[in-house]
Amino acid sequence: MIEVSLLDPFDYLSIPLGEWVEAILQYLVQNFRGFFRAIRWPIDQVLDVSETILKSIPPLIGIILSSLLGWQLAGKKMGVFCAITLFFLGMIGVWSESMTTLSLVLTSLFFCVVIGVPLGILSARSDRIEKIVRPILDAMQTLPAFVYLVPVVMLFGIGNVPGVLVTIVFALPPLVRLTNLGIRQVPEDKIEAARAFGCTPRQMLFKVQLPLATPTIMAGVNQTLMLSLSMVVIASMISVGGLGQMVLRGIGRLDMGLATVGGVGLVLLAIFLDRLTQAMGERTDASNTLHWYETGPVGFVVRAYRGIQAK
Amino acid sequence: MTDTTDILSIRNVYKVFGEQPDTAMQMLRNGATKDEIFEKTGQTVGVFDASFSVKKGEIFVIMGLSGSGKSTMVRLLNRLIEPTAGTIELNGKDITGLGDADLLDVRRKEMSMVFQSFALMPHMSVLENAAFGLEISGVDKKERNRRAQEALEQVGLGEHGASYPHQLSGGMQQRVGLARALTNDPTILLMDEAFSALDPLIRYEMQGELIRLQKEQERTIIFISHDLDEAIRIGDRIAIMEGGRVVQIGTPEEIMRNPADDYVETFFKGVDVSKILKAGDVACPTSGCTIRINGSVQPFDSANNDFGYLLDNSDKLQGIVPLTGLDAAQTNVDHLMQQRVDQHAAVYSDDMVKDIVKKVANAEYPVPVIERNGTFCGVISKDRLLQTLSHT
Repeated sequence: MIEVSLLDPFDYLSIPLGEWVEAILQYLVQNFRGFFRAIRWPIDQVLDVSETILKSIPPLIGIILSSLLGWQLAGKKMGVFCAITLFFLGMIGVWSESMTTLSLVLTSLFFCVVIGVPLGILSARSDRIEKIVRPILDAMQTLPAFVYLVPVVMLFGIGNVPGVLVTIVFALPPLVRLTNLGIRQVPEDKIEAARAFGCTPRQMLFKVQLPLATPTIMAGVNQTLMLSLSMVVIASMISVGGLGQMVLRGIGRLDMGLATVGGVGLVLLAIFLDRLTQAMGERTDASNTLHWYETGPVGFVVRAYRGIQAK
Repeated sequence: MTDTTDILSIRNVYKVFGEQPDTAMQMLRNGATKDEIFEKTGQTVGVFDASFSVKKGEIFVIMGLSGSGKSTMVRLLNRLIEPTAGTIELNGKDITGLGDADLLDVRRKEMSMVFQSFALMPHMSVLENAAFGLEISGVDKKERNRRAQEALEQVGLGEHGASYPHQLSGGMQQRVGLARALTNDPTILLMDEAFSALDPLIRYEMQGELIRLQKEQERTIIFISHDLDEAIRIGDRIAIMEGGRVVQIGTPEEIMRNPADDYVETFFKGVDVSKILKAGDVACPTSGCTIRINGSVQPFDSANNDFGYLLDNSDKLQGIVPLTGLDAAQTNVDHLMQQRVDQHAAVYSDDMVKDIVKKVANAEYPVPVIERNGTFCGVISKDRLLQTLSHT
């Protein structure tokens, strides 16, 4: 006789979740290979372009361009800071790997923005969509990356493209959340004023909500970048190149030097990107009253040009 | 100054906030009160059977304490809040049934709004803010900047176009808000407690500004306020709201003289009447002993009156005579004319009471009140003035 215990009903009540997932996965792999290959295509294109550009720029030119960008976005100090960080990156001998990682991160950022900002806008406009999206975002952020690494490999293969894909999964949520939050936080009186002057919903979005939400959205971009960078190391397990690979190889061979160099490279890249995007967020703040072409190197050139014209 | 055509008429407008406005409306029709409805259905009645009309070119003030429904009322007019029942006619056209496109058109061309919190866009310069309404309407940049600049100059901010709102003081920000509304050249200007967030001095200045602008370009203004002094100062007519109802509508004098109920009366209690009443309101036409001088002298009563007011055929005041010791039967026109007080004082009927106090106090006789064309309309004695001022 089987003893039925009421206190522990899970002996006979159980869901074979694992088996189901495996079955579904098998089914998908066998029947939808073409579909998943198609998803690879756009990522492949963007990744190719960004990697080619970043790799073809000589380090010195790269450093100069980045510092000019930093100067333009946040003043001379930022320019100098960018130069030092990147110079250091080059000196520890990881320039090429950094560029691979940077292209991966920028590609995933590109897709995160393309997917995340519209999704954030949608969920800001409809409470129902927000209710649906929220748990999905929670799952994307909390599900351990190792759980979906294997299915991704089975469906997409290995290499940089599936690497970008898992990075998107991990880095997308904050951008959606912060876009949603930013738009919802636009003060009610501004919305009311815009309505009173006859804004259509589209005008409301582009002329009022998005501009006012930009600092928050930029914070989302910043978070997405940081998460992408941290994901790059885990993604290197499915043979993604760059700095993450160095770290993984270093750990695998107990070569602490190699791991540390890769790690420090990542940190430097992170600091560089973090500062830049933060500066971009601050620029969009209301307190900034100069036009972009009046500041930084562009302002410098414009002033010089006007000076010449005046003579 | 005011034309008598109604530009906006509001008839039996209701607003019920909540999930089932229909149930609440049904109960209202059956005579339920606001509190009963809230108890039974949880619906809040924001505006209850409001009816009034606004004349072209007037400043119409909707007054009430907070929670009286005045802010809801003004938002019903441009349908920022949808009315539950009733009609709102703008120039004879009902706007409650308008579709989206027509409604946008009304908001863009007919009505502009000024907000208590200014509600300027922080990411736009002052000029861009002022041009916002036109930008939304799709007017090209050159044209809208020109008109926005004009509006900014009207409110005295012509120099600040390139600044950003956060660089300006509160008063200046509200001027930008006003300019933004004026740029659209709307038929009706809705001002929702527009000056309430400003400090008293700036508020007074802005009220003056509004009165000046109104003189320059007669617009219809609907002004929401909780400040009675403000309402009296700028309003041609005032509607008083209490608990979602419009309790009384009229000019400040009318309301003060005949308050509709205790609520209105208490409202007006603390008001300085000398700022509302004009000399013509205080003078009674029957007071004072008038003596018609058309060749002969009509009989007069010198026993009960100390002074007589000489009027010619067309009721123009000719002079004031002390009557003590005079007998109507024994006097003639020439004699009366000789007895006149030198350089007698007089006030015009449209002078504010606050401006005539000194004259009345200094004169030995009750001061005569005359129309601008010289017609006599009565006198104000010291007693009469004191009685008026002691109104509580």
